[in-house]
Amino acid sequence: MSILIPHSGPQAIYRVNPVAKLAASAVIGIALVLSIDWVSATVALAFEAVLFLFAGLGPRRFMLRTLPVWVAAVFGAITILLYGVPSGQTYFQFLLINVTDGSIELAIATFLRVLAIGLPAVVLFVTVDPTDLADGLAQVLRLPSRFVLGALGGLRLVGLFLEDWKSLELARRARGIADTGRVRRFAGQAFALLVLSIRRGSKLATAMEARGFGSDTPRTWARESRFGAREQVLVGIGVLVAATSVVVSVVSGEWNFIVGG
Amino acid sequence: MGEAGPAAVTARGWGWRHASRRDWAVRGLDLRIDAGERVLLLGASGAGKSTLIHALAGVLGGDDEGESAGGLLVDGREPESARGRVGLVLQDPDSQVVLARVGDDVAFGCENLGVPREEIWQRVGDALDAVGLDLPLAHPTSELSGGQKQRLALAGVLAMRPGLLLLDEPTANLDPDGVVEVRDAVARVLEHTEATFVVIEHRVDVWWRLVDRVVVLAPGGGVLADGHPDEVLKRHGAALAASGVWVPGHRPAPPVRTRAAGSRLLRTEALAVGRSPKLVLHRDIDLEVSAGGCLAITGPNGAGKSTLGLTLAGLIRPAAGRVRADGIADGLVPDPILWKSRQLLTRIGTVFQDPEHQFVAATVGDELAVGPRALGLPPAEIDARVGPLLERLRLGHLVRANPFTLSGGEKRRLSVATVLVTRPRLLVLDEPTFGQDARTWRELVAFLAELLDAGSGIVAVTHDTDFAVALADAELRMSARGAGVPR
Amino acid sequence: MHSTFTSSTRRRITYRWRVVDIVVASVLGVAAALIFFAWNQLYQPVTAPFEALLPGSQALFYGVWLFAGVLGALVIRKPGAAIFTEVVAAAVSALLGAQWGGFATIEAGLVQGLGAELIFLVFLYSSWRLGVALLAGAGAGAAMAINDLILWYPGADVAFQSIYAVSAVISGAVIAGAGSWLIARALAKTGALSRFASGRDATARV
Repeated sequence: MSILIPHSGPQAIYRVNPVAKLAASAVIGIALVLSIDWVSATVALAFEAVLFLFAGLGPRRFMLRTLPVWVAAVFGAITILLYGVPSGQTYFQFLLINVTDGSIELAIATFLRVLAIGLPAVVLFVTVDPTDLADGLAQVLRLPSRFVLGALGGLRLVGLFLEDWKSLELARRARGIADTGRVRRFAGQAFALLVLSIRRGSKLATAMEARGFGSDTPRTWARESRFGAREQVLVGIGVLVAATSVVVSVVSGEWNFIVGG
Repeated sequence: MGEAGPAAVTARGWGWRHASRRDWAVRGLDLRIDAGERVLLLGASGAGKSTLIHALAGVLGGDDEGESAGGLLVDGREPESARGRVGLVLQDPDSQVVLARVGDDVAFGCENLGVPREEIWQRVGDALDAVGLDLPLAHPTSELSGGQKQRLALAGVLAMRPGLLLLDEPTANLDPDGVVEVRDAVARVLEHTEATFVVIEHRVDVWWRLVDRVVVLAPGGGVLADGHPDEVLKRHGAALAASGVWVPGHRPAPPVRTRAAGSRLLRTEALAVGRSPKLVLHRDIDLEVSAGGCLAITGPNGAGKSTLGLTLAGLIRPAAGRVRADGIADGLVPDPILWKSRQLLTRIGTVFQDPEHQFVAATVGDELAVGPRALGLPPAEIDARVGPLLERLRLGHLVRANPFTLSGGEKRRLSVATVLVTRPRLLVLDEPTFGQDARTWRELVAFLAELLDAGSGIVAVTHDTDFAVALADAELRMSARGAGVPR
Repeated sequence: MHSTFTSSTRRRITYRWRVVDIVVASVLGVAAALIFFAWNQLYQPVTAPFEALLPGSQALFYGVWLFAGVLGALVIRKPGAAIFTEVVAAAVSALLGAQWGGFATIEAGLVQGLGAELIFLVFLYSSWRLGVALLAGAGAGAAMAINDLILWYPGADVAFQSIYAVSAVISGAVIAGAGSWLIARALAKTGALSRFASGRDATARV
C-alpha cells in the first residue's frame, strides 16, 4: 500500500514540496474549469504531455494511475454528447437524447478538458508523500498543526482498515450470510468498519495525548518544510501553462465561459 | 535519564467514574509510590488498573467525560499539567504508531514538548539505542513487527525524558518472541534510568524480576495487597490466579480427555497457501484432521498460520493443491472453498482472532440466531439451541446487550457460541486464547475439550504453548517461509 | 478536582476541539475514504440502469460520497466537523488514487462539507436531530450538484442539469442525511462513542 510507505525516488520531482504540487495543479485546474472549449484544453494538454516526461513515472505506471481519468473523460464526453446543449444540425433524437453539431463539439471539449485538469492532478499527487504534505500544510501554509497532524495520524490506520475489511468479508462468508444481498452486506461491513475505526482512533488519540500532543506548548518541528527555488519553478510552470491556455483560447475566439455561456 | 529526576505519585481517596457508567471504575484509592520505585500493578479485570494508569498520564479526558473524587498527584501536581513528566506505553501496538517513519515517530513527543530541532535528533538516536531498535530513521513504521512497534512506542516515550514511566499491558497483544523482546528492552532501559516505573500486566512472570513492589487493586476500590513481590505472591497467589491473573506456579490444569480421535474429516494434498495465488506463504502442506482430534498450527508470525487456517476453513482459495473435506462434505464436492456460505455453517465453523470481525447483529441474542436463520431452522428450534448455549457460556444475562459493548472475555465466548450454534463438525480457531485472562482461558479449554470428546474436529492456529499442550493431538509447526513439518 | 454528584447531562457547548475529536474525525474520514473506494468497485452495476432510464438520475446514488461530513458532524458535534471530515475523506481518496486526482477531489470534499456545515451552523451547533441531519444531507447534495454541474457538466442541457440537481439533493438527504443519523445512533449503541456527548446522549448509563 503506497500510502503507508514513505515515498522516495531518484527524480527531482520527489523532492519538490507537495504544497507546490498542489498549487500547480490548482492553478491549471482553476484556469481550465472556467471555460469549456477545445482550444484551452488542447494547449494545456500539449504542455502537460512534455512535462509528464519529468513526472517520475514510467509509461506503465502512468497509464495505470491515470486510467480512471481516461475512463471518466470518455463517460463525461458521452453524457454531454447525448444530453449537451443542442445547436446546429440534429443527427439523432430519442426522448431526452439529442445529438447535434453543438453537443458533438461540447463533447470533444469535455473530453479534452477532463484530461487536461485530471491528468496533472493525478500525476503530481502520485509522488506526494503524506508526511511531507502534512509538514508543508502546517509549516508553509500555516494550517493549524493539531488538525494537520491529527489527520496524518489517522492516515496511519489505513493499513489496519484494509485488513479489517478483508477479515470482515471472510467472516461474513463464515457466518453463512454471504450468498445473497450484496448491497445490504456492504452496508453491514461498512458499519462494522466504522465501529472498529472509532475504537482505534480513540486509542490513537490517547497515545498521541500521552506524548504531549494537543497541549498549549508551542510545537517545534524535527524537519523543516522548505519552499524554495524548485517550488517556485514548479508553480511558475503551472501559471505559465494556465495563462498560455487561456490567452490562446481567447485570442482564437473559442473561449466559452461556463456561466451564462 | 529524567531531567528533573524521578517522579513520585500520591493518591488520596481518589476515584473516577466514566460519564457513561453507573459504577465507579476506581474508588477510595489511597496509594503512595515513591520516586524511583518499580511497581507491578495487578488486579482482576475491571479493578480499574487501566483507569488509574491513564489518570496518571493525564489522558482520562475532561470533566464532560467523567467525574473524579479525591486527589491524584504526580510530583505534587495534577497529571494534566505534568505532561512530558509522564510517559505512557499502551497495549495495542498498532494504535500507537503516529507517523510513517521510525525517526519521525520517536521525535513526535519531543516536537510537542517544544524541544529545539538539533536536540530532538540527538534524543531520537539515544532513545532508539536504549530500546535496541537498530533501524534507519526513514524505515517505514508499517513494516515493523508487533514487538518492534512496542519498542518504538517505548523509544518515543523515552525521548521525552519522563520522570514516571507507565506501561499498560505492553505485551498482551504480542506473540511469545515479542514479549521477550519488549521485556528485555524495558529491562535495559531500567538499568539506565532512575525514572519511577509502573506496569500493568495479566502475566506476572514477565515482569516479576524487574519490579520491587506489587500492588493489587481490589475490584470494589482500594488496595487488596501491597508489598514485596515474593510476599504478595505467597499470600495472594491463589486468589489472584482464580480472579484471572496469570501467576507463576498456578498454571491451569489441563482437562481430562475421554475419547481418542476417530474418522478423518479433512485432509490436504500438496496445499500451498497465500492471500493471493501470487503471494504464496507456504507450500506442500499435507495434513489431516479427524473427528475428536485437535490439530495445533504453530510457528512464528508471518509464516502463514492464519492463512492456512482460513484456507482449511473454506474461506480463502488454495494457491495450489487441494483441501479435501470428504468426511464432512455430505454430498457436496469435497473442496470447502466451492461450498456456498450457508453450506459452511453445518460443516466448518470459524472463530476469528478478533471477535468483532464476526459480529453482524445488534444484540447478543440476534447474533446467535443469525446462523440458524440462514439455515432456515424454525423459530422454536432456534430458541432451543440459543438458550442453553448462552447459559453454558455465561452470556445469559447479556442477551439484549450490543455485542460490541461486551468485555474481551465475553466477546471471545460469544464468538465461539455464534459458531457452535449451527453445530459444525469441524472448528477452525484463529488464536482463540489471545489476550485472554486465565479464567476465560480455563473455561475455553474445558469447553473445547468437551466438544472434542463429543466428536468434533478442531484446528487451532495458536502461539499459546499451554493451549497446544492442553488440547492438541498433533502439531503442525510452520517455519518462516518454507514447507510445514508435521509432527 | 472535587467529587460531585451532578450526573445530569447539563453541558455547556464547547467549541474547542479535543485531541480525541480531531483524531476520531480524521479516522472517520479515513474509513469513509475506504468505504468510498469499496463502493466505487460496487456502484457501477447499481447505478447504470438508472442512468439509462433517466439521465442525471445516477446522482441518486452519489449520496454515499456525502455521508462522511454529516456523520462527522453528528459524532463530533463541533464547528467545522462536517468540512474537516469530508475534506480528510476526500484527501485520503486522492491519496488512494481517486480518478479526479488531488486538487479536484479535495475541492469537491471542501464544497460538499461546506454544504452540510452551513446547515449545522444555521442551527447554531445545538441540534442534532433527524430533521437537521436530513437538511444537512440535502445541503451537501445541493453543494455537490452545483459544483459538478459548473465544473464537469457545463455543456449539458437544462433537463439533464435539473434532474441531476434534484437527484443529488434527494440522495444527499436520504443516504447522507438519514443514513448518517441512523449510523450515528447505531454507533452510540456499540459503546464506541463513549468519549463523545453524541454517544452518551443516546445511551443510558450502564
